[in-house]
Amino acid sequence: MSAFAAPTALGTSVRGDVPAVEVDNLTKVFRRRDPKAGRFTRRRLPALKKVTFTIERGECVAILGQNGSGKSTLVRLLSTLLLEDGGEARIFGHDAFREARLIRRLVNRVSVEASFFKKMSAQENLSYAARFYGMTPAQTRTAIPEILAKVGFPPERRTESMMNLSRGMQQKVALARALLTSPVLLLLDEPTTGLDPRSKREVQEFIREVRRTHDATILLCTHDMAEAEALAERVGLLDRGELLFLEPVAEVKRRYGVETLEEAFFAATGRSFEEEQDEDDELREVFG
Amino acid sequence: MTTIGATMRNELIGLGGFVERNVYLTKRYILWDIAFMIWTIANTLTIVFIARVENLPKAKENELATILLVGAVIWAFLGIIFEFMTETVAWERWEGTIEYTFMAPVSRTMHLFGQGAFAVLYGLIRATILFFAVAAFIGLHVPHANYGAAFALLAIASVSFIGVGMMTSVLPLISPEKGAQLGFVAQGVMLVVSGVYYPVSVMPHWMQLIAKISPATYVLRGDRASIVSGAGMRWADVWPLVVIAIASMPIGLTIFRIGERHAKRHGKLKRSG
Repeated sequence: MSAFAAPTALGTSVRGDVPAVEVDNLTKVFRRRDPKAGRFTRRRLPALKKVTFTIERGECVAILGQNGSGKSTLVRLLSTLLLEDGGEARIFGHDAFREARLIRRLVNRVSVEASFFKKMSAQENLSYAARFYGMTPAQTRTAIPEILAKVGFPPERRTESMMNLSRGMQQKVALARALLTSPVLLLLDEPTTGLDPRSKREVQEFIREVRRTHDATILLCTHDMAEAEALAERVGLLDRGELLFLEPVAEVKRRYGVETLEEAFFAATGRSFEEEQDEDDELREVFG
Repeated sequence: MTTIGATMRNELIGLGGFVERNVYLTKRYILWDIAFMIWTIANTLTIVFIARVENLPKAKENELATILLVGAVIWAFLGIIFEFMTETVAWERWEGTIEYTFMAPVSRTMHLFGQGAFAVLYGLIRATILFFAVAAFIGLHVPHANYGAAFALLAIASVSFIGVGMMTSVLPLISPEKGAQLGFVAQGVMLVVSGVYYPVSVMPHWMQLIAKISPATYVLRGDRASIVSGAGMRWADVWPLVVIAIASMPIGLTIFRIGERHAKRHGKLKRSG
């Protein structure tokens, strides 16, 4: 029994004979207004280009990429928030787009923005969110203080408005919300971006603890190469919608004959990480 | 527990989650709510005082004031329902919670019913306070009022209002910038054609035809009859509301699902700001 298992009624069975995530030629294209070409003209912006990869159950995989590389689009597709334009994605053998209701029971997510009702407290935000996963008030009365304690959130602050909490504290509550529902696939979309070094370390340490104690597969999307290297067994590079590689860090370094992931990025793309900062703002808006 | 039983249980707990969330939000924004209540009372008084300047006999003035007050109360009630339904998407997009709500394993039916259930509960409380506050302020005399029948008819009409509200709540999903405003347009149009402060018969013929499919027409007519002359619930008002409710619910849900699919296809199901 997992340390974070909550007694939810959503007892969806998970097949043990299939990978946790299978993504095959997954493609997503957005159409955005192109003011230069005319008022009604739409420009096709490919966000993901035939991305293919597999994640085994219990594995932690990091996908690296700069803003606009398609990381958030990938997470949104796997969270059933977007529909694909080609290819397929399966989560524990279930079609992510045609079995969305079932997938939602298996997946939860932490994104770069903490995303809460700011006037409501941590307790209130977690409480109503848990109802969507079938948890009763009797269950959340004990589960919420427990999970908040585990993420290092001071229990006496759980009735304070979210708006009075620091970004680091809010992100801890976001982690608690994701784990409260005992997901078997946890999607972490830049969970430490914008956090101070101490909060960042605490969140990373908590992710390690989740891996040790919880039967969860983790897909971590980040642009922090050190974080990816520290937390994941395999690291992938998503560049302008294309997955250039997905391998253990040692193999990536060996393949490109380099010492660091930054150098591997340069070797794989022909560009430095800094150059990416100048990327088209519109693309960031679309895929960010 | 059977699979169907467990699913139903989870769905009802999920529905309760939406009601619970709105209770928390109402508690947190209670001062804003009180201010809005005072504004609504003041606004209603500006309408009801019209009956005084007409220099009518006392009984006629009382009747006209009641007719205007019922119109204003229904307007306020409908406003709450539409606001909550439209805010289903708009508020969540602003707070940034929209993605978490739409990726939760609770059906869209329960999601929208949950929002609607709270809106009706909250709207009925506000409508009751509004009615009695204004009636007391202007000294309205309604000795024959059948409040039970008026309340029951409003509750029946609420189901239709939720159905129509579902149709408008999809607008912010399709148009993040203008969707919420279009919801208010729908609310205004519905009340104009339903005879909010006047009989439907004074409107042009084509507007009277539209009035026939508006649930507000029947609740305004029925509630006025109950408050002014103490009439009970009349079948002539009830059956159109039941028919509109039966039709508007599935239509509302279908439209919302189409809108949700469109938003997922085009990447509009995300936070703004």
